[in-house]
Amino acid sequence: MSFRDTMLDEYKEILKTYINDQTEQALYMSQKFSRKSIEYKISPEEMISLHKTSIMELAPDLPESLLLSLDILLEVMMSYGLAYREHQSLRTIQRELINEIEVAANMQQTLLGTQIPHISSVDIGAISVPAKQMSGDYYHFVSHENGAVSVAIADIIGKGIPAALCMSMIKYSMDSMPENSHTPGDVLERLNRVVEQNVDPTMFITMFSGLYNPGNHTFYYSSAGHEPGFYYNGETGAFEELKAKGLLLGVDKKAKYREYERKVEVGDAILLMSDGVTECRTKDGFIEIDTLVGYIEKYIHLGAQDIADKVYKELEFLQDFQLRDDFTLIIIKRTA
Amino acid sequence: MMDSSVKIINEWDIVAARQLGRNVAKELGFGTVDQARITTAISELARNIYLYAGQGEITIEKIESGTKKGMTIISRDAGPGIPDLRKVMEDGFSTSGGLGAGLPGVKRLMDEFSIESTPGEGTLIQSVKWLK
Repeated sequence: MSFRDTMLDEYKEILKTYINDQTEQALYMSQKFSRKSIEYKISPEEMISLHKTSIMELAPDLPESLLLSLDILLEVMMSYGLAYREHQSLRTIQRELINEIEVAANMQQTLLGTQIPHISSVDIGAISVPAKQMSGDYYHFVSHENGAVSVAIADIIGKGIPAALCMSMIKYSMDSMPENSHTPGDVLERLNRVVEQNVDPTMFITMFSGLYNPGNHTFYYSSAGHEPGFYYNGETGAFEELKAKGLLLGVDKKAKYREYERKVEVGDAILLMSDGVTECRTKDGFIEIDTLVGYIEKYIHLGAQDIADKVYKELEFLQDFQLRDDFTLIIIKRTA
Repeated sequence: MMDSSVKIINEWDIVAARQLGRNVAKELGFGTVDQARITTAISELARNIYLYAGQGEITIEKIESGTKKGMTIISRDAGPGIPDLRKVMEDGFSTSGGLGAGLPGVKRLMDEFSIESTPGEGTLIQSVKWLK
């Protein structure tokens, strides 16, 4: 027998017990009963009707006014019942959405996947961790025929799914860029036109584009409003900001991006990051740049990937393991 | 087959439509819970006419199919129509802000539900409740 067949008897029993002597036991039974009736999708209006039927059988001499009042209660519960049923169906939809986002997030990881290039005399490491399921950060490496390596790091202003969709577009524009136009300024100018034409005007993208030439050990770079990177001087142990000026992508389709260059000596390192690194927040506010530099200094003697992983671990700990923004850190270190 | 209609012009006509629906539901032998469901569905439909179409009509029909007995609520108006039917049938979308109300609510309260609407011409909603 199903619950629907026995619920009238069950309910009547509880009601009778309570009317005879007002025990906590009976109240506990009714709590259990309500859990069960929710499980079997009994609506609030059905409960009122069940109550009315039960009380009429248990106490046939109840005043008419009391019974009539239950009609009003039943009518009032109708809207609660509808709201409850809508809630149930929205919950199912929510569960489906969460599953879909999970699939999309996995897809994004595959889609945006990039191989860290291996070239002699240069050690490269990278880490990128999304704050939510979908990342608005993006980094990309391209190895060129002449041995040079392009690196790009971008951050969408905005998070979640819209940012992720936008990232996919950037990725494909970069993939379809001709082999002969990989100077950082060129890359940004092309992407800027793509973004300006295709992206909602309220969405902006910052990007840092670099090219490492192992032939002359020079790093060429341009920035579209992106977080400045750091340059580590291996000889003096000093850190300085890798400053570059340039407009955010998508603001002005005629924007030009100036190219900077830097000679890289053995032991020097280039550190590129998203604002999730520099704007890492603790309960006392943003971390100081000195704190960040301190961590990098602590691990700079390690391999590039180890530096990235260890700095991330430190900052993750500092933020009580709650990332507020997508985090991306790239280390390029000249070893020989 | 008997049918009868109520013109919906002002808010009080909603009450008249409910009353007509309740009488028919009682006659057919629907229990109090189903009576409340049927009248709530009529209320929603009549209210939609009153709020969005200005005027229209609610018709109640007794129906039979084999051994089954039931009733149909027909809501008809010559109002502006509904441009996006999928949207109004979506949970959580309600222009009047009522939780769970609106057309998805009517669909849940009844056993069968169909809607036709042409922008500029009006809307026809038919919904059936069977006696169990």
